[in-house]
Amino acid sequence: MIQIENVSLSYREVPILSDITLSLGKGGITALVGPNGAGKSTLLSLIARLQPLQTGRILVDSLPVNSTASRILARRLAILRQGGAIASRLTVRQLVGFGRFPHHQGRPCAGDIAAVEAALEQFELQALAERFIDTLSGGQRQRAMVAMTFCQGTDYLLLDEPLNNLDMFHARQLMRSLRTIADERQRTAIIVLHDINQAATYADRIVAMRDGRVIADGTPATVLTEDNLEAVFGYRMQIRQIDGTPLVLQHL
Amino acid sequence: MTDIRTSGKWMTKLAACAAFVMLVILSIFIGAGEFSPWQAIHDPAALQLFFASRLPRTVAAALTGAALSIAGLIMQALVRNRFVEPSTAGTAQSAALGILIMTLVFPAASLAMKTLFASILALLGTSIFMMTAHRLPPAQPYLVPLFGLVYGGVIGAVVTFVGWQTELLQFIDIWTNGEFSGVVRGRYELLWGTALMAAIAWWVADRLTVLSLGRDVSIGLGLSYQRTLQLGLVIVSAISALTVVIVGIIPFVGLVVPNLVSRILGDNLRGTIPWVGLSGATLVLGCDVLGRLLRYPYEIPVATVMGVVGAILFLRLMFTRATHA
Amino acid sequence: MLDRRLLFLAAIALAAVIAFMTLGLRGNVAFILQLRGLKLLALVQVAVSIAISTVLFQTVTANRILTPSIMGLDALYLFGQTALVFLLGGFGYASLNTGVKFGVEVLLMVALAMVLLWPLLRNRMDMNLMLLMGVTLGLLFRSLSALLSRLLDPNAFAIVQTVSFANFNTLRADLTVLGTIVTFGAALLCWRARHVLDVIGLGRETAIGLGVNWTKAAAGLLMLVAVLVAVSTALVGPVAFFGLLVAALAERLMGTQRHATLLPAAALMGIVVLVGGQTVSQHGLGGASTLGVVIEFAGGLAFLLLLILGSRK
Repeated sequence: MIQIENVSLSYREVPILSDITLSLGKGGITALVGPNGAGKSTLLSLIARLQPLQTGRILVDSLPVNSTASRILARRLAILRQGGAIASRLTVRQLVGFGRFPHHQGRPCAGDIAAVEAALEQFELQALAERFIDTLSGGQRQRAMVAMTFCQGTDYLLLDEPLNNLDMFHARQLMRSLRTIADERQRTAIIVLHDINQAATYADRIVAMRDGRVIADGTPATVLTEDNLEAVFGYRMQIRQIDGTPLVLQHL
Repeated sequence: MTDIRTSGKWMTKLAACAAFVMLVILSIFIGAGEFSPWQAIHDPAALQLFFASRLPRTVAAALTGAALSIAGLIMQALVRNRFVEPSTAGTAQSAALGILIMTLVFPAASLAMKTLFASILALLGTSIFMMTAHRLPPAQPYLVPLFGLVYGGVIGAVVTFVGWQTELLQFIDIWTNGEFSGVVRGRYELLWGTALMAAIAWWVADRLTVLSLGRDVSIGLGLSYQRTLQLGLVIVSAISALTVVIVGIIPFVGLVVPNLVSRILGDNLRGTIPWVGLSGATLVLGCDVLGRLLRYPYEIPVATVMGVVGAILFLRLMFTRATHA
Repeated sequence: MLDRRLLFLAAIALAAVIAFMTLGLRGNVAFILQLRGLKLLALVQVAVSIAISTVLFQTVTANRILTPSIMGLDALYLFGQTALVFLLGGFGYASLNTGVKFGVEVLLMVALAMVLLWPLLRNRMDMNLMLLMGVTLGLLFRSLSALLSRLLDPNAFAIVQTVSFANFNTLRADLTVLGTIVTFGAALLCWRARHVLDVIGLGRETAIGLGVNWTKAAAGLLMLVAVLVAVSTALVGPVAFFGLLVAALAERLMGTQRHATLLPAAALMGIVVLVGGQTVSQHGLGGASTLGVVIEFAGGLAFLLLLILGSRK
């Protein structure tokens, strides 16, 4: 369980997050949605201890993120940030292999190698395994990064816009993989999404944010209402129901 | 497909080893003094020459080349920029400033003490470079090496100025213009310290590779980011200071070698460090031998030869990269 | 309607000149004045040629941080000179007529500069990459000169040695007259073209759109820059950051990029820094030989500052 208690953050006196309190239970997929600058990515990087907390506290399985050893947290949660350009010339297999670093600190055992192979297979990267990542397309690189994050084998996965650069096929594939590990292995995914319909279809819970505050929080059916969406995104959009799942006509 | 590529890699590796061995032999048998394999067995005076001068010189060149290349590799991982190395980031110049200060203030200090102080100043100078480099916008990859070059130049100007004022210019020339002609038994043994540093680098190679993936990924993988960064800085500074004190600044080695090796073997430091070291040793040995041959029996400092060879290689690297991108 | 800041700058430059000529006059006044007069002429000429060449180079590259010497041009000149000594031998080199020698060196340099810089201008490369390549080229030429001079015999080596360090004390009289003529001509040319230069400074596309024959103009300007760099380098040796320092200061002070103001301001600023600096270092602290190092230091810092400020935008 991830507990976020009274977290506020400001940068040069501009408030980014204002008094956020959330509790994210174990298992399932939680989607963070909201317009640009809502504070979603900041919240994610605070949970992943990439930025120091200013006020409030965050606990991951009751370990406070700001005072727990980084190595221990790395076995509980993995984070994928957006747009982290990798300049190193590593092969896809080597890169994915570094996802196991928290477990072996540089001396991999057979289990680690098997985990890497499994991740490569899951994201259909075997054919690219020996290619250097700087020779890949943006989407292939994104898949390699996602595979590395999966390979870390943690209970919690924090993904910041993982669908960036992915074509429809691989975007769907990724969301389905998340669904699978959530259902079969009780993993927890917290994921920033811009495509609200992906959230509607695959998430168990949607947290909608705007201006550093949580505007709505609940199942897709309860959050995705016309009033809520207007409050978050600033315009009215139509919503249809298809087989009980809301479909937002966001583009109209 | 994979087979061809791996066998190609093995051929390259084999060729690198062969070139290294050949240059070691050349380096031992080329020089102003007469020395041939025949004499090595029969003439005790020639044997004396071998142990007092040729062997130390060859070892020193190989150690320096290997260590400088590895220092460049580490620096590139720390800064996350392919175009930096100790002599283009103020590290080597800071080390020279350190020796200069020690020579002025404590002329009686031992070489080891001078080296230690030079390491500390190198650490300081490099840290300032790193702090600035991390603030420069990452979207402009050529800004960092450019900044480093001029930053090194400014520190170099301070060194020259102080040297001028204190009439130590000839000494400064020795520290800033690397050469191996002064290397004899008893005057180079501190250089083995660089081998120790390289070994430490290899020991923590995985951490350094993770570091090169960036701060966010490093922390995400549970690496103690700051500590690894500091360790890398210490290794780079120590290698720079040791080489500057004993042989002087040799430019471009740390820049060119890691880039060339990375083209073939990539950047997984655990696998590449030995090859970077071997290639660096080969390059510096080659330039030293060339410097001894060009105007035989006189010698041209290895730094001068490397200035030409390295600059051409570096320009090529930049040019091919610019046309690829 | 002259700018008051320009007048102010001119006044300081004049003060520097007077100070240089009169401070510490002792002994044979007429002789010393004659000696100082020649030296002053050389200094002024160097200051003006470096200032103008830097402004021109920045205009043609549409970039306020590039300078000819950062792009390795003065190192190229030195390399050409060493190569000449190498090819002709020390004696052959020394027996060449100064004018002929100078002409050959300038031609060599213009040719090489065109070969090296033209592709950079045409393809509009990434600015930082261009700078980095320039700095590396400079290092390459410096190493090549060093290598060649090691291959020379000691006598020829001494000839090269005297010309390859920035030195404001032992100025060569024979080149001063020649250099003054070249610099004066170049300055006149630039002054007449000042309005065209304003347009060229807007960049290649805009300049062509406004009806400038860009190829011709840029080639001509590059040649002019090469000649001016050759003149100043021949007199005092390489000074990497002096031009940048002077051009940047002038632009800051005047707050304009119009060449009608920028060119004279840069030239005056060059005189203030060089003549004033020489006066201070001769009569004040440090001793005379250190001015070159101090200018390098201050100029290098200015460069770093411009680099960081520019990247923040």
